[in-house]
Amino acid sequence: MSTTENPVEVAIIGSGPAGYTAGIYAARAQLKPLLFEGAVTAGGALMNTTEVENFPGFETGIMGPQLMQQMRGQAERFGTQFVTDDVVQADLNQPIKYLKDDRGNEYWAKSVILAMGSGYRELGIPGEKELSGHGVSWCATCDGFFFREQVIAVVGGGDSAVEEATFLTRFASKVYLIHRRDSLRASKIMVARAEADPKLEFVWNTEVTEAVAKDGKLNQIKTRNTVTGEAGVMDVTGLFIAIGHDPRNELVKGQIDLDDQGYVLVKSGSTATNLPGVFACGDLVDHTYRQAITAAGSGCAAALDAERWLSHN
Amino acid sequence: MANMKVLTDASFATELKSATTPVLVDFWAEWCGPCKQVAPILDEIAGEYASKIQIMKLNIDEHPAAAQAAMITSIPTMNVYVNGEVVKQIIGAKPKAALVAELAEFLN
Repeated sequence: MSTTENPVEVAIIGSGPAGYTAGIYAARAQLKPLLFEGAVTAGGALMNTTEVENFPGFETGIMGPQLMQQMRGQAERFGTQFVTDDVVQADLNQPIKYLKDDRGNEYWAKSVILAMGSGYRELGIPGEKELSGHGVSWCATCDGFFFREQVIAVVGGGDSAVEEATFLTRFASKVYLIHRRDSLRASKIMVARAEADPKLEFVWNTEVTEAVAKDGKLNQIKTRNTVTGEAGVMDVTGLFIAIGHDPRNELVKGQIDLDDQGYVLVKSGSTATNLPGVFACGDLVDHTYRQAITAAGSGCAAALDAERWLSHN
Repeated sequence: MANMKVLTDASFATELKSATTPVLVDFWAEWCGPCKQVAPILDEIAGEYASKIQIMKLNIDEHPAAAQAAMITSIPTMNVYVNGEVVKQIIGAKPKAALVAELAEFLN
């Protein structure tokens, strides 16, 4: 346990590829990092995925949860200490930084690496919140099972939307992939796979405007054509929302510089934030690439930046 | 593991009816990441509030009939039963403090 007189060298907040990689590097640098991995989110966004095919070194792919478990184990092997809880308060604008977890435990650190990642974006339509867990979902791998032989829809146009839609065809009798535009942002290989899937049907230029329930469960969505403005309805019992993510900046908002989209700003070519001894990495700073491997790379950079900063301060 | 009874399709209704305290049923599956993350938290709550609430587990893969009858479409779902009736539903993994707050009426 740390104190103001005896702070840890480095605290890492977040446990996706960025956080765990920062843990591996900081631990190997003998900094005895303390890593806050979250009460129910340890492992980050990849815990809710299936096969990861593009992480280098895994020739035949690896399951997302297994990849994260192995990263955690690797960080642990070199002495990273874990707190399986969320940080609910951070005071970063001082020489010794202060953190408090959800159970009320207090911590002090000389340097902090922020790696909180991003959270699911919501559509913000009527019925969405009310029907969450009753047909509306953000996690195909968690909930797809419950939609066997049903007609469902996925909203979104990026890799995660296409991945979810393709995954859901294992269960559903039909999957509509609804996108606001007339082409996908997703990578070519995933689009090709989706196009070849007989259970998957693309619905272009369409947005979902309302989720409608019957007997407490989703049974219809209302739609609007983004070109003609024409309204429509679709009978679906599942609606999976995959329209992107927003950086999880709640903890540091107001004390650290963010860009206009809420991402933590770092100095070009480094992971340094505007606060001395505070570094940021992963999806929290990256609105361009947002890949497991780029997050891991920036987590490595953050640990090296923190190590260098500690040696000079 | 604290005292967490494992429910089956066959035992589900009778266990809930015969319970003398409120029962929280954790609907879960092996392949569900968030279920695994909330499991140790439920274990702690079961230990700390043993006299107030019983926590039971239902594996939805092994016992789909009970899960279907309870209209589960997302896991983890945690239903609280009193006299066999659902009186509270919590969907999704949550940190301990949040779960304890949501369950306050049964724990105090």
